[in-house]
Amino acid sequence: MYQYTEEQIISMKKVEATRAERMKNLFPRMSAEEKEKVLKENHPDYIESAYETLKVGPNKGDKVLHELADLLQGKSRVLGKRINLKKPDYDVDVLVIGGGGAGSSAAITAHANGANVMMVTKLRIGDANTMMAEGGIQAADKENDSPSIHYLDAFGGGHFAAKRELLYKLVTEAPDAILWLSKLGVMFDKAPDGTMITTHGGGTSRKRMHACKDYSGAEIMRTLRDEVLNRNIPVVDFTAAIEIIKDDEGKACGAVLMNMETKEILIARAKTVIIATGGAGRLHYQGFPTSNHYGATADGLVLAYRAGAKLLYADTLQYHPTGAAEPTQIFGALVTEKVRSLGAQLVNKDGNAFVYSLETRDVTASSIIRECKQRHNGVKTVDGEGVWLDTPMIELIGGEGTIEKRIPAMMRMFGKYGIDIRKEPILIYPTLHYQNGGIDISTDGQSGVENLYVAGEAVGGIHGRNRLMGNSLLDIIVFGRNAGKYASEKAKTVKIGRMNLDHVKAFKKELDEAGINPVKFSPQLLPNYTRQPSI
Amino acid sequence: MEKKVNVYFFGKKYQVPDSLTIMKAMEYAGYQLIRGCGCRNGFCGACATIYRIHGKQELKACLACQTKVEEGMYVATLPFFPLVKQVYDIEKIKPTEQIMMQLYPEIYSCIGCNACTKSCTQGLNVMQYIAYAQRGEFEKCAEESFDCVMCGVCSARCPAGISHPQVAELARRLYGKYIAPECKHLEKRVQEINNGDYVKIIEDLMNKPVSELKELYNNRDIEK
Repeated sequence: MYQYTEEQIISMKKVEATRAERMKNLFPRMSAEEKEKVLKENHPDYIESAYETLKVGPNKGDKVLHELADLLQGKSRVLGKRINLKKPDYDVDVLVIGGGGAGSSAAITAHANGANVMMVTKLRIGDANTMMAEGGIQAADKENDSPSIHYLDAFGGGHFAAKRELLYKLVTEAPDAILWLSKLGVMFDKAPDGTMITTHGGGTSRKRMHACKDYSGAEIMRTLRDEVLNRNIPVVDFTAAIEIIKDDEGKACGAVLMNMETKEILIARAKTVIIATGGAGRLHYQGFPTSNHYGATADGLVLAYRAGAKLLYADTLQYHPTGAAEPTQIFGALVTEKVRSLGAQLVNKDGNAFVYSLETRDVTASSIIRECKQRHNGVKTVDGEGVWLDTPMIELIGGEGTIEKRIPAMMRMFGKYGIDIRKEPILIYPTLHYQNGGIDISTDGQSGVENLYVAGEAVGGIHGRNRLMGNSLLDIIVFGRNAGKYASEKAKTVKIGRMNLDHVKAFKKELDEAGINPVKFSPQLLPNYTRQPSI
Repeated sequence: MEKKVNVYFFGKKYQVPDSLTIMKAMEYAGYQLIRGCGCRNGFCGACATIYRIHGKQELKACLACQTKVEEGMYVATLPFFPLVKQVYDIEKIKPTEQIMMQLYPEIYSCIGCNACTKSCTQGLNVMQYIAYAQRGEFEKCAEESFDCVMCGVCSARCPAGISHPQVAELARRLYGKYIAPECKHLEKRVQEINNGDYVKIIEDLMNKPVSELKELYNNRDIEK
């Protein structure tokens, strides 16, 4: 049994007492005006003091969060070091930076297209947010659904800000992405006749969430990893890219790499480069906990920005409504949206529902923040406060055994601390989850720098200013394959000129002229969680 | 006042708050982790760890990010274990009993000691799924092994040198590709898209002004 506080136990009793009534009367959905109001008043993206204006680089004049500004305008790790670009340690057609789902999809696709591909990753292949995506992957493949309905759901959910041509690609190539994964051997949840078992996610108007229990991302990632290894694609692990190399025509042609353990510098020469470095949760914007993996430090954004690529919507982040608020050991860890898809409601300290469970993520997160900060209806926890997610409802709705069958990872995660989510609700609070913005690309996956491609969470604009559940696992596959295809095709005709790092020096000069004296090295590579011992 | 416990990282003693996980306790002690730390949420298997509590016989295994420290805990992380991963072409192999014999013949040397199951950080019945693999029962092997995070502790404890996670990965891919029922509506939709059936309807949508799209979005019909 988990040791809840007295106050928490009293509150939990109230949740139980109102359960039957809440099941009968669902909390209504918000109108468009109500959504706008709750977002403006509560969403972290609207807190002006958390932002500053960039003084240097392609997005000069745009606002980003302080933590990102420090890195985009940070100190290069190569300046002042003797770096010999004349004798590359690696010479390949396509260099993929990043070992998650996007990077692996890109590498597999480029390899299948005949390219000599290499992956580099600062951790191991598969130590990535992809691995942790629990809920599922969207694709409009059922009779009552269509790519156009998917398009409208995603476009509206992203506040009508997505780049239309990128979203078009996402929804029209979604079914083929699922088929591709199936043929690689990914085990999707299916009925005995082969029909996909699909559910709603926040903001979907059709049940198009495909899943592999609640290990959806893990199942996809381990299959992709296995395929990368079967193809003998070299994976240089524990090696970070610390700067993009360009040639004298300003085209990307490789990267400066650093062994994370020995700090040895290595040079990779490549005809095309794909950045698939993922998100930024480990920057802990505005002090939020995060559901992200250890290496999510926006490295790709920094590399691309210094090389001259423009960012899009870098100011907007996704705070997942349901991060674990208790126990403290898993503070910030993701509680999949599928818990709500299966019927669990969000309930305040008095046992009252306060929001429809499947609003879009930004609206739901904002409603939880409002319930705690504005209305003071949160439950106190070790790390702050939270609201209840009434998981026992799932068994009442779906029948006994539903939790074990559909969300085993959640059951295990809480079970380790003596919490049986089949019988007790759990405490949650929003957690920093996803980087909505990123590097601006065209439909071929190319950034503003020629021969520099981008895929996955490092891309900005596919989803607009908010992303729906299940569209990220989808985007890493669709845009990973896309980048792999175009980058390998382009590599066939590329002639590399004189390799140089002049852009890094030029960026430094701009910083000097703007009066910025950066204190932080960037890319950051890893967060530092070590306690500073007193001397 | 937080309670402290004594733990030993690679034999060296540290005092750490008892509420911490092993991973956070290492960071509290001053380790800047590079290896042995991935998702920090129990999915990637990077932080496989073995430990023994002072005065007890049993050697236990866990994921460092998911396990609380205890008094007298002797910890050794296992950031890498040399699993055997056989290379194959998924398009060419078939879900037959022989495939396991060809790629992972060592599974037939299992002596039934059950050390794999006892050490599993996910609480899986590892020896059972290896038995299914031996018999070519790929569906059962895939189901039984589904929650595997491939941390490799089972293989570290196996006297027969079996790479259990890789055997299970092969079984899951065989099942997913060849045995699971085909999805007809998926193939149909891909075909329709390839035929260009949706081009016009989406392009029409894309060419509408935002005001009109807002109207459509706010009044769209939502499946129950």
